[in-house]
Amino acid sequence: MNTEVKIAGVTFKNPVMAASGTFGSGMEYGDFVDLNRLGAVVTKGVANVPWEGNPTPRVAEVYGGMLNAIGLQNPGIDVFMERDLAFLQKYDTNVIVNVCGKTVEDYLEVVERLADTSAAMLEINVSCPNVKEGAIAFGQKADSLYNITSQIKKKAKQPVIMKLSPNVTDITEMARAAEAAGADALSMINTITGMKIDIHRKKFVLANKTGGMSGPAVKPVAVRMVYQTAQAVKIPIIGMGGIASGEDAVEFLLAGATAVAVGAMNFVNPCATVEVLEGIEAYMRQYGIEHVTELIGAVE
Amino acid sequence: MTRKKKVTATVISQKQIAEQIYDLWLETKLAKNAHPGQFVGVYPHGESMLLPRPISICEADKARNRLRLVYRVAGKGTAEFAACKAGDQLEILGVLGNGFPVDKAKGKRVFLMGGGIGIPPMLELAKAMDDKKQILLGYRNKDLFLEEDLAKYGDVYVATEDGSVGTKGNVMDIIRAYSLHADMIMACGPMPMLRAIKQYAAEKGIEAYISLEERMACGVGACLGCVCRTTEKDAHSHVNNARICTEGPVFEAREVDI
Ligand SMILES: Cc1cc2nc3c(=O)[nH]c(=O)nc-3n(C[C@H](O)[C@H](O)[C@H](O)COP(=O)(O)OP(=O)(O)OC[C@H]3O[C@@H](n4cnc5c(N)ncnc54)[C@H](O)[C@@H]3O)c2cc1C
Ligand SMILES: Cc1cc2nc3c(=O)[nH]c(=O)nc-3n(C[C@H](O)[C@H](O)[C@H](O)COP(=O)(O)O)c2cc1C
Ligand code: FES
Repeated sequence: MNTEVKIAGVTFKNPVMAASGTFGSGMEYGDFVDLNRLGAVVTKGVANVPWEGNPTPRVAEVYGGMLNAIGLQNPGIDVFMERDLAFLQKYDTNVIVNVCGKTVEDYLEVVERLADTSAAMLEINVSCPNVKEGAIAFGQKADSLYNITSQIKKKAKQPVIMKLSPNVTDITEMARAAEAAGADALSMINTITGMKIDIHRKKFVLANKTGGMSGPAVKPVAVRMVYQTAQAVKIPIIGMGGIASGEDAVEFLLAGATAVAVGAMNFVNPCATVEVLEGIEAYMRQYGIEHVTELIGAVE
Repeated sequence: MTRKKKVTATVISQKQIAEQIYDLWLETKLAKNAHPGQFVGVYPHGESMLLPRPISICEADKARNRLRLVYRVAGKGTAEFAACKAGDQLEILGVLGNGFPVDKAKGKRVFLMGGGIGIPPMLELAKAMDDKKQILLGYRNKDLFLEEDLAKYGDVYVATEDGSVGTKGNVMDIIRAYSLHADMIMACGPMPMLRAIKQYAAEKGIEAYISLEERMACGVGACLGCVCRTTEKDAHSHVNNARICTEGPVFEAREVDI
């Protein structure tokens, strides 16, 4: 049985990754999973300088999922490289660094700093507030997505994954814009904007009022978007959104994803990543599948 | 640091000890590593509820692998726990957080202060401290809980908001009513109480270790959901935010901006 997949020339021992922002720098889950077993660890979004993030409450549980409004708190690229990247380098897994910024220049600075590091790929979070465009995220307008993607591609030494926001009218328009600008791969979905109100206190549960929804409840939306995008572009897709089991992961692969990432379910089951991998392997045995790539886009 | 684990614990017993307050004993190996002030994440079974509920360790019987949790029914998750019977199983994540710095209290006169549902962690803490301690407890009304357990380990003073038992008011009113003195404070309770303690400790120039609460998702330091404002840059985050689940829940009052 072969679980190896390739994305933009990078080989992954298996298609299971930990999703950005849900796995710390990997260190935090070291008690629960052998990081060497993962296809990749995608790190928490990192910016050129430290970000404080949002006030609390930052998280809320919702039916079958959760909302988060962390506000991309991060220690900045210097500490990230010295501590988090240095830690992950010791493991036999690919490191994908998730990058955030408020301006295109912020992103470019981080991308350039990462050029000579062990990061195997860069994942660009375009759901960040774009200060120049009135806080509309870079990923919500096809022309700004095209612009930031092409600028990053000019500077990046590693292959670039554009992480798409589901909070758009037509995800395929965004996917095509990223592909046309030279993106090497796409990852999707980021969280879906939601809200929760405490009816007893007549107050928003999150200090930020809105938060990004993720977890099992968003999976059907994510699978649909991965499928539509796989029909629209040729570049590989990393699928995520509510993955809790091997079965869930196989659904994403069949819809057209080349790899998958496990996010909020790490909080529910700290061993979720490894169990998802074991579930994929069990499925492959059950159906006599030799190579996991046979599953990619195989829905009929 | 001991390894964190997610394990299946078996309910040994559960009883209601006050209005909406439940006293749960679990059998789990996690008891071996439990330190006062640490907590566990208890998972509801209901599939619509995903996140672990943080509950403080009230007592740990290391020899018999037992953990005692005392909690208030505050919503759907804790309501589900309240229905558990002996023999039922619960998934728990632990042990989490730093706990109280018991060693720093050696040879000192200490106030252990608990308010409402902040009282449970004071029990394991009182057990772990050898020196004489003054235990100050604040309740809403005469529906007291854990005060008899705590009386075994120190001098207990009670305050009630409605004045039905002990001093009328809160734990700060006890200090005034009895002219009590301490060299150090360890406390857990609602935010207004912790703010008052922070201020009192600053005035007296004494150390106060306070246990904070925040909404959590992972419980293990990964999601950055549970932070509190810190006065200095936090060594891990490099901003003025510390993770309550990991650097906390216990902080020296001067370290945090509450
Ligand atoms: C470190 C720590 C220790 C705690 N120790 C105790 C204890 O010993 N006894 C006790 O009764 N309670 C304790 N709490 C509070 C307890 O976690 C909440 O009452 C509980 O999570 C409520 O869950 P629910 O499903 O019943 O409520 P719901 O309101 O239905 O919960 C919805 C979500 O909000 C979260 N939540 C709700 N209230 C709180 C809160 N006050 N703090 C943190 N998260 C909350 C829940 O975990 C859940 O994710 C502690 C909290 C923390 C942070
Ligand atoms: C607490 C939390 C923090 C996140 N932080 C980031 C982040 O920094 N960058 C990013 O691109 N996505 C971030 N995400 C989105 C996830 O990587 C993922 O795309 C999304 O949660 C959907 O997957 P899930 O349903 O498995 O959680 C975060 C999600 C959560 C729940
Ligand atoms: S609850 Fe996730 S970092 Fe504390």
